[in-house]
Amino acid sequence: MAATRAALGLWRRLLALLASLLGGLLAVGGARAVDLPEDKAEALFHSYSGGGVTANGPALLVRKSLFDKVSLAGTVYVDSVSNASIDVVTTASPYRETRTEYGLSADYVYRDSQITISGLTSHEPDYTANTGSLDVTQEVFGGMTTVALGFTRGADTVLKHGSPEFHETAKHWQYRLGVTQILTPRWLMSVNVEALSDYGFLGSPYRVARVFGAAVPERNPSTRSARAINLRLIGDLGSRDSMHVGYRYYHDTWSIAAHTAEIGYSRHFGESWLADTFVRYYTQRHALFYSDNAPVETTYVSRNRQLSTFNDFGLGAKVAWTVRKVPGRYDVKLNGAYEYTRFKFKDFTDIRTGNPYATNASIVQLYVTATY
Amino acid sequence: MSLRHSLALAAVLGTVLVAGCAMPRLPTLEPWVKPYERERLADPVMKLSRDTLPEKHFEHVRDVREGARGATGVQGGGCGCN
Repeated sequence: MAATRAALGLWRRLLALLASLLGGLLAVGGARAVDLPEDKAEALFHSYSGGGVTANGPALLVRKSLFDKVSLAGTVYVDSVSNASIDVVTTASPYRETRTEYGLSADYVYRDSQITISGLTSHEPDYTANTGSLDVTQEVFGGMTTVALGFTRGADTVLKHGSPEFHETAKHWQYRLGVTQILTPRWLMSVNVEALSDYGFLGSPYRVARVFGAAVPERNPSTRSARAINLRLIGDLGSRDSMHVGYRYYHDTWSIAAHTAEIGYSRHFGESWLADTFVRYYTQRHALFYSDNAPVETTYVSRNRQLSTFNDFGLGAKVAWTVRKVPGRYDVKLNGAYEYTRFKFKDFTDIRTGNPYATNASIVQLYVTATY
Repeated sequence: MSLRHSLALAAVLGTVLVAGCAMPRLPTLEPWVKPYERERLADPVMKLSRDTLPEKHFEHVRDVREGARGATGVQGGGCGCN
């Protein structure tokens, strides 16, 4: 009997503890409301150039709110790719193709919640991808904490040039959870976790692997599950400037483990200029079935250098110039961004030289943004 | 459930129970940064992401060249780029 009473007392204390925590989190909201994303347009020219690949094109986004409850956004994103990468020049022929992506999203706000539904469709001559997402964010704890939950489902169709009989599919699932927390009047942090799952044809119908020095079509598993966690911290430094640091850990069932670290600094210059600089480092361990030149026959084999052991180091800067600003009505900004990246592969040999492959890349972005 | 999972669960439950016993009167947790103290956090330099399309481009470039994906808060889409 005494034991039962003690157990009940323990449960009451436990419930009081949980109620205290939940009460603190939920009861402080009152009649606050989150704002809809502001009406905005972005026009971007983007370019990637490196390792024999150039990919560039325009992109456009227009966002407009309706009745102060819903915000609709439409995007068009074009990638014109000219590919003479090391894979292509050593095992195939250089090619050009264009990818066009259309996106539509709707955001709905109700008190402290925001619900976003979005869809994307991407078309290349030999690849089609359709994606649908649902995201919900909720402000709690007096607006100090924002919790975000999201889900994405994707379905792809894979074709092959010159092989009309080739027709494969792939499906993708992504589940994400994020928390952004105000720590002090000057610092905030965010934690994002995501579980990703892929099923179907997860390779390239063109890429070849090497087994005993001979070229064979790559063979990838038809399932892949991954987990990623990303921590970010951003702080105001007191002179109209800020710094941020970030770290992501990634692991998947193909045995790839990756670390990403980033540190950056942002600063206003006068009333019209805003500049950012950042350094990013990425490193990964190769997939279990990756081999530069397989010494044994295995069920799965790939020489996709994206699955190899490598690291890349990026150094970037962005500048934004406010051309015109009428507070409360509109503003127009001209922006530019540049990133230089160095890729160093540990176990992917440049078969033209016999040395481990390394390459540089440049990313350029020129864009105009306007709020209205 | 494996033995290791069972032990981990027992450890977590044990910690919560001990915490429940040790802290009979937990002070109510209240927001410690008031709305009027958040002016600096609203500055553009404090935004984790300012513009959608440039972020999407950086994300796309990395997604098709690196093995890792996800947890960046940027919405990507599928492609046959890799």
